[in-house]
Amino acid sequence: MSFKLFELLLKASLYTIGISLVSILIGFTIAILLSGMLLSGRRALAVPARIFISFFRGVPLLVQLLLIYNLLPVIGLNVPSIVAAIIGLSLCTAAYQAENLRGGFASVPRGLIESAEMVGLTPSQAFRRIKVPIALRLTFPALVNEAILILKASSLVSVVGIVELTRMAQDLAGSTFLPLQLFACAGLIYLVINWVVARTGGLIERSLPGVPR
Amino acid sequence: MTFDINVILAQLPAILSGAGVTLLLWIAGTIGGAAVGFLVAVGRRYGGRLIDWPLGLAVEVLRGTPFLIQIFLLYYGGPFIGLALDPIPAGLLGLTIYGAAYFSEIFRAGFVAIPKGHIEAAECVGLSQGQIVRRILLPEMTMLVLPPAINMAVILMKETAILSIITVPELTLTVSAIGSQQYAFVESLFLLAVFYWVLVEVTDKLGRYAEHRLSRYRFSPT
Repeated sequence: MSFKLFELLLKASLYTIGISLVSILIGFTIAILLSGMLLSGRRALAVPARIFISFFRGVPLLVQLLLIYNLLPVIGLNVPSIVAAIIGLSLCTAAYQAENLRGGFASVPRGLIESAEMVGLTPSQAFRRIKVPIALRLTFPALVNEAILILKASSLVSVVGIVELTRMAQDLAGSTFLPLQLFACAGLIYLVINWVVARTGGLIERSLPGVPR
Repeated sequence: MTFDINVILAQLPAILSGAGVTLLLWIAGTIGGAAVGFLVAVGRRYGGRLIDWPLGLAVEVLRGTPFLIQIFLLYYGGPFIGLALDPIPAGLLGLTIYGAAYFSEIFRAGFVAIPKGHIEAAECVGLSQGQIVRRILLPEMTMLVLPPAINMAVILMKETAILSIITVPELTLTVSAIGSQQYAFVESLFLLAVFYWVLVEVTDKLGRYAEHRLSRYRFSPT
């Protein structure tokens, strides 16, 4: 396998990284909204959020992607396939991240909130300055984990025709008859990306302050 | 746009056959993955470093790469090393290997989490080795391993859809093929989504019920 092929794979992996990053960020934003709905204590908000989460966690991502890809034009939105792919990945990761955030908020130690009230913080101050930072701190490892899951899951956007790492390997394998080398190489690139994400995540986590019990 | 689900449902026999393939692959892949994963976990724990190290590397590689890449490697790369498999066996093998990597980590965590004190206590009150395995280790292990194992089974259910890409005639392939023949993509995909959604929810509920039934074996890990 020539270096030229490897270079093409590397270039395509930038799409993998870009699509994953954008989806994680959009997903995180939606997840904040969803977890807010879950924790609002109002059924009218919590129930739709729960249905959303259950759906996007219960349906294979491949089916979600195909559904969104085919549904958007039908409802009159003719968007490029990369937009459909990012919407699909974002909605899926939003469901998982919302669950993580909910868990994070639920496990903020009660004592800390009580102390915040004791020293005279208003409920909104206690929320902004105690609950949110601690919940985010607690969910950070899950966020890193989710980033790795999405990096791997982004391989599925190859089916809607986006030439990211997997699709590039597939296309090159078709034209060069070197599937073994190309898919192994693509796998190796995924492995390295994920390793870097896990390592960086671990380093950041260690530099974050711990949560008192 | 007309939303006519009957166009799809008219092909019921084909859909049922696809659903059958999906269910069989899922169940066989989950059981196979759990069995191989258990052996890997035992091998890594008791087999010494020479076994632990390569198995650990394999598990990391399998967990760090997309399932789709693994399947492509197996299905398209396999013939180059004398492993030419039809789609269904390739899919089953891929699913089993992939599942085994994750299951082995679940079992490994289970081994680690059983307190030594429980086994010592059982020995003290005079239980035989067989009794300890049957009445202490297995129940406690089941309790620890069940929630993540159910979760993994659900993940594998969803991964079976990916096998459609290497033309395994499972539900996703069957239903989306009908969708394109009848020019009813949205209906077909909608039906697919509902099928998986229901199946995943039912599995989840059954898992919770089993957990509940087994909860008398729960202990607080110290």
